[in-house]
Amino acid sequence: MKHFSLKATIASAAVVVSMGVTGAAMARVDGDTITLGSSISLTGKYATNGLHTQRGYDYAVKVINEAGGVKVSGKSYKLAVKYYDDESTPARGAQLAERLIQQDGVEYMLGPYSSGMTKAIAPVSEKFGVPMVEAEGASRSLFTQGYKYLFAVLSTSEQYLATAIDFAAEKSPDPKSVKIALAFEGDPFSMDVRAGVMDKINEYGMKVIIDDQLPADLSDMSTTLTKVKALKPDALIISGHSKGAATAARQIDEMKVNVPMIAMTHCEAAKVQEKFPKTSNGFLCPTQWVETLSKSDPMFGSAAEWNAGFKEDYPSYTSVPYQSAQASAAVYVFKKAFEAANSFDKDKLRDAISAVEMETFYGDIKFSAQGNNIAKPMFMRQIDASGTYNLVEKADDMAYPRKVAY
Amino acid sequence: MWDNLQLLFVWAPIINVQIILDGIFVGAVFALSAYGLALVWGVMNIKNLAQGDFVIMGGYLAFALHQLQVPLVLILLIVMPLMFIFGWIIYIVMIRRILDQDMFVSLLATFGLSLLLQQVINLIFGPEVQTIDMEMPVYDAFDNMVTVPSSKIITLVLAALIAVAVVVFMKRSRAGQAIRATAQDPRAARVLGIDIDRVYAFTFAFNAALCGAAGVLVSIIWVIQPFYGITYSVRSFAIVTAAGLGNLPAVIGAGFGIGLFEKYTGTILGTAYEVAAPVTILLLVLIYRQFQMRRNRQVVR
Repeated sequence: MKHFSLKATIASAAVVVSMGVTGAAMARVDGDTITLGSSISLTGKYATNGLHTQRGYDYAVKVINEAGGVKVSGKSYKLAVKYYDDESTPARGAQLAERLIQQDGVEYMLGPYSSGMTKAIAPVSEKFGVPMVEAEGASRSLFTQGYKYLFAVLSTSEQYLATAIDFAAEKSPDPKSVKIALAFEGDPFSMDVRAGVMDKINEYGMKVIIDDQLPADLSDMSTTLTKVKALKPDALIISGHSKGAATAARQIDEMKVNVPMIAMTHCEAAKVQEKFPKTSNGFLCPTQWVETLSKSDPMFGSAAEWNAGFKEDYPSYTSVPYQSAQASAAVYVFKKAFEAANSFDKDKLRDAISAVEMETFYGDIKFSAQGNNIAKPMFMRQIDASGTYNLVEKADDMAYPRKVAY
Repeated sequence: MWDNLQLLFVWAPIINVQIILDGIFVGAVFALSAYGLALVWGVMNIKNLAQGDFVIMGGYLAFALHQLQVPLVLILLIVMPLMFIFGWIIYIVMIRRILDQDMFVSLLATFGLSLLLQQVINLIFGPEVQTIDMEMPVYDAFDNMVTVPSSKIITLVLAALIAVAVVVFMKRSRAGQAIRATAQDPRAARVLGIDIDRVYAFTFAFNAALCGAAGVLVSIIWVIQPFYGITYSVRSFAIVTAAGLGNLPAVIGAGFGIGLFEKYTGTILGTAYEVAAPVTILLLVLIYRQFQMRRNRQVVR
């Protein structure tokens, strides 16, 4: 009996090992297909943005394959993506990343949606030395861990509102005299945004006259706004996700707050231009990408062409979210890196990714030693009286001071 | 903090007016939901952790009706009966079964109800922040330093009307008398022919209706989100602990007190501490009571 079970164990172990080996070899490059892996949020709280991301990946894969795919050592390979739904829970994401790498033999990863999910998955891909190009995790803290295999095409969160401080400085004859009011939520993302803003403020030597932290259950920020009215700052900077933007817009209206410049994150997500059309006039809102951007590449064309092509494939979008655009850019980075490395070896590929330097429809891409993209700026848009978002490239493009008739 | 104190008392004392007004508006809404909690707690000894979620549910009902272009007064008249029926159903399905159990069962059961309500609201309306924008004029004074939106004035008036109606109802009507009698001594009330089960059901449903009314007002003057209920639960508990059970004037007083305390804490220490303010009051009251009760405490041998 004992003898038999030992035999069975060895036999089954051999089967598992051989399956594992062939499975791995098949998944990485199977015939003429290179398989990338991604755990993405298709259900749960990030489902909407997870879907935007997946569509961005799929669209890029389609365009690249139609244009002849990826050329490695003179042979053309097609791209494919293997997805798992991580249900918007970090623990599940980490589990699935391990499954992609160990069971499915994936050796190249595309990122999940959100900083939190990326934080959960990055240690896994790092452990196995699998390069991951992500497009949706902006938190600065992702790039201070010393990860070698993590690369992000998007701008990190500390850049979200820093441009607003530049604009405020340019609009004032003496930047040192500019008074700033800050209202930030205490979560990691908003604190990152605040750190970037504080760096700029210190650089110019501006004065922070209000520095309030907002609670997570953010339904009332009237005390902060009362102080804003009393102290009359030159700029009011707010970050607290969609709920922060909605609460701020509502109460700025109700309390007739008249600050020459108001900048906040998540205007589009909170739809402030629709819900508070009168007040939101003149709000400055950061975005990762705009379809009117004057950048282009040979694969997707200009930003406008990518936008048109994507809309054609997914006609349900009236306005394409930047999440999809950056997802496409991440896939494009893989194509470039495979061709530059001219190899399927994941370490050679990692070095090739870190050396990537290119212009794309999404903006310039060049990674720092920490893995974040340092070539692309954040873009600032301003809402006008009709509720349209207009790109503000320099301080003179901006309507200043903000004109509102309460 | 020092700057903020100077701002309050030296540079721009006029903003005190704004803070006091805001505190009063806030307090009025808190008092409504807290009174419902005091009733349920006092009459049937149920500590309803889903109190805040009833408020948010009322808010979302109001939001849905507002989408259908229903006028404000009608919204209130529709939401209150709807919440009353909802409260009655919850009583029959759940509360009745936990009445004789110990405190932890009632806490756990209502906590479960709270989670359930949050998720259902989230499924139906989504996690976005919503608000009813009545687009009514905003009055300002003192060179725009003090602003009072008419929506808040209407809210205050409505809250006052509801409070008066509740007082009259509890004093004069048979149902109100039955509730008070049951709260004092359920057994004696039963002997005198009061149907205790019906009184309990009515009390719980009445509480839900009051929360619904508070929710309508909240959705008009602030914003609502499926997971915001907890802050209203915490405030209700703080107010009831400070005011005692079944004492409406004390509840209203404590509501205004906590409203003002919150606003001043927010101004001096920053908005993040506003939510901590009622919890601090809760703690102080409990510590004070602990000392107060000490002399009555005897060792049981």
